[in-house]
Amino acid sequence: MISILLFSLLLIVGIGFFSWNVYKMRSNINLGLDIDRKDNKKQRWKTMLLVALGQKKMFKRPIPAMLHLAIYAAFIVTQIELIEIFIDGLFDNHRTFHNALGGFYTFIISFIEILSLLALIATFAFLSRRNLIKVPRLVMSEMKGWPKMDGNMILFMELILVSCIFTMNGADEMIHIAKTGESYGFTISQFIGPMFFDGMSMHSLHIAEKVGWWGHIIMVFTFLNYLPYSKHFHIFLAFPNTYYSNLEAKGRLTNMPAVTKEVSLMMDPNADPYAVAPEGDEVVQQKFGAKDVTDLTWKNLMDSYTCTECGRCTSSCPANVTGKLLSPRKIMMDTRDRLVEVGDNKRKHGKDYEDGKSLLGDYISEEELWACTSCNACVEECPVNIDPLSIIVDLRRYLVMEESKMPTELAGMLTNIENNGAPWQFSQADRLNWANED
Amino acid sequence: MSLIVPTMAEMMAKGESSEYLFWVGCSGSFDDRAKKITKALVKILNKCDVNFAVLGAEESCTGDPAKRAGNEFTFQMQAMMNIQVLDGYQVNKIVTACPHCFNTLKNEYPELGGNYEVIHHTQLIQELINQGKLTLEGGGEFAGKKITFHDPCYLGRANNVFEAPRSLIEKLDSELVEMKQCKSKGLCCGAGGAQMFKEAENGSKEINIERTEQALDVKPDIIATGCPFCNTMMTDGVKNFNKEDSVQVLDVAELIASAANL
Repeated sequence: MISILLFSLLLIVGIGFFSWNVYKMRSNINLGLDIDRKDNKKQRWKTMLLVALGQKKMFKRPIPAMLHLAIYAAFIVTQIELIEIFIDGLFDNHRTFHNALGGFYTFIISFIEILSLLALIATFAFLSRRNLIKVPRLVMSEMKGWPKMDGNMILFMELILVSCIFTMNGADEMIHIAKTGESYGFTISQFIGPMFFDGMSMHSLHIAEKVGWWGHIIMVFTFLNYLPYSKHFHIFLAFPNTYYSNLEAKGRLTNMPAVTKEVSLMMDPNADPYAVAPEGDEVVQQKFGAKDVTDLTWKNLMDSYTCTECGRCTSSCPANVTGKLLSPRKIMMDTRDRLVEVGDNKRKHGKDYEDGKSLLGDYISEEELWACTSCNACVEECPVNIDPLSIIVDLRRYLVMEESKMPTELAGMLTNIENNGAPWQFSQADRLNWANED
Repeated sequence: MSLIVPTMAEMMAKGESSEYLFWVGCSGSFDDRAKKITKALVKILNKCDVNFAVLGAEESCTGDPAKRAGNEFTFQMQAMMNIQVLDGYQVNKIVTACPHCFNTLKNEYPELGGNYEVIHHTQLIQELINQGKLTLEGGGEFAGKKITFHDPCYLGRANNVFEAPRSLIEKLDSELVEMKQCKSKGLCCGAGGAQMFKEAENGSKEINIERTEQALDVKPDIIATGCPFCNTMMTDGVKNFNKEDSVQVLDVAELIASAANL
């Protein structure tokens, strides 16, 4: 009875606190500007199935892809066992499905055990990639401090999760043998049982089994509630984020309708230069480009929460590989950190609160922005279809159109385009000279 | 052989219309190196009797570098003026040798009212060969040479055109060798995003040097490109390694024009 109460409490607190954090995340994402990503549903589903569920883009780098697949598959399949743990916990049962499913139960648990073992191996491999081998993209400057610890914490939690499963199944195997004289026949724990729990008293075995069981479920809820504070939320957001991917050609930058309105007016010979805005036309103070996270689209913000800091973008960025300050991963991390800050401020101090800081300047510097070649390598690389380039361009737009801040050569280039229709100082009248030269 | 380069205005005055508008672009019009690419393409078009015209003095920057630099006003001013000119001549099909013009005309003009069928010159040349209008008797001077193709970002990754330039190189009886980063993983030459018109930010290396190293690693006789800006960057890179005597940087159009003895 007490265990049912304890379990119910754990369930309510665990899911309640998680839901509160998800609600905060959702409202933060909704601080972004609107963008229509509801068209072409068929293509969107297809993209999500291939890229998120099928991990298509991961397999461009086969070694981490295989290791990641082991953990991903174990994570998904273990959810089946979690259903049983929930039922057992709420009704104080033991292995509810065992008798009902018979041989199929043995198959499922064995399958989970094999995947868990593979996940355990993969987790050790990932830990060594971060801490021993030091794969360059995992130890760059923006990964110092909290991001490094965050990455390791996730892996340690996975180790605990898997160890608890094997403690539970191993001890239970010995209890089952003692009671019925038969093994459960689960592929891995039939060996783990005798190897680690042989000769233990029935009392100790029951304690070990309980430690495994409770350890596992407590870890599940700890993990679940750690996720919103970590970079690891991609396990959920990878799906919506790929669904709402940009389906246009990567080279197309968005057109700005606000600019189109002004340019059309400028080019209209019949426009009345002294005209007053028509009655009822809302005067919305709109910025050109983005200064802070609230000037970005909700998809940009969802991108930032989806980023798991793998660094494939940065390792393929031509600016970054040649030593420039720009790192597309840092752009995403900064966007998320600033979004959390803005969201918390709004909840604490009211929705009009300004803290005097902004994404541009306080988080992302002009030097980073001006290093981008807009080559789309980062967009191409991202396994969950994050688009750092659109953030970079929107921040540049703010710098150029609102603050006229840009490298002097670019100011000259823009003047040339406006004066003579070419980025260099050549007369438009000379455009066809090449046809008559040797 | 003198080039036949009719302008849209001349065509209109004669009451004729052209199938293609050849959008030359700023680089192809003014840069001495890129002008050679422009002429090579015109030779091919003339040889195949392609009915085309240029805008000449009526052409203006597409606005690509302005847009990438963040100045949407300058971009849209350029775009709307260009669209007025293009629509005035009832242009339907555009061919260009510049992937930046290609991308902007193809992807960014439609929303501002400019709808055209836009193709890259390598796609047009491929079509001419497939239709039998242009025949190559082997690769000429390029037969047996090792050629590597540098993917322009705005042609490849941005618009998924990877095969057209490669299929042309394969027509030259030469050996097409790929760099360690190619196609969708191709490394930028360093010129995109308006970088062409400014000094690079502080770093440990120039991007074009990094890319040229990748190209030289496969020991090519020729580095082929499909973009006048990539051409500039790779040419500078090759000069940096003092390899300009042994490694040529050529546009795919130049390769085809020379192989066809044009």
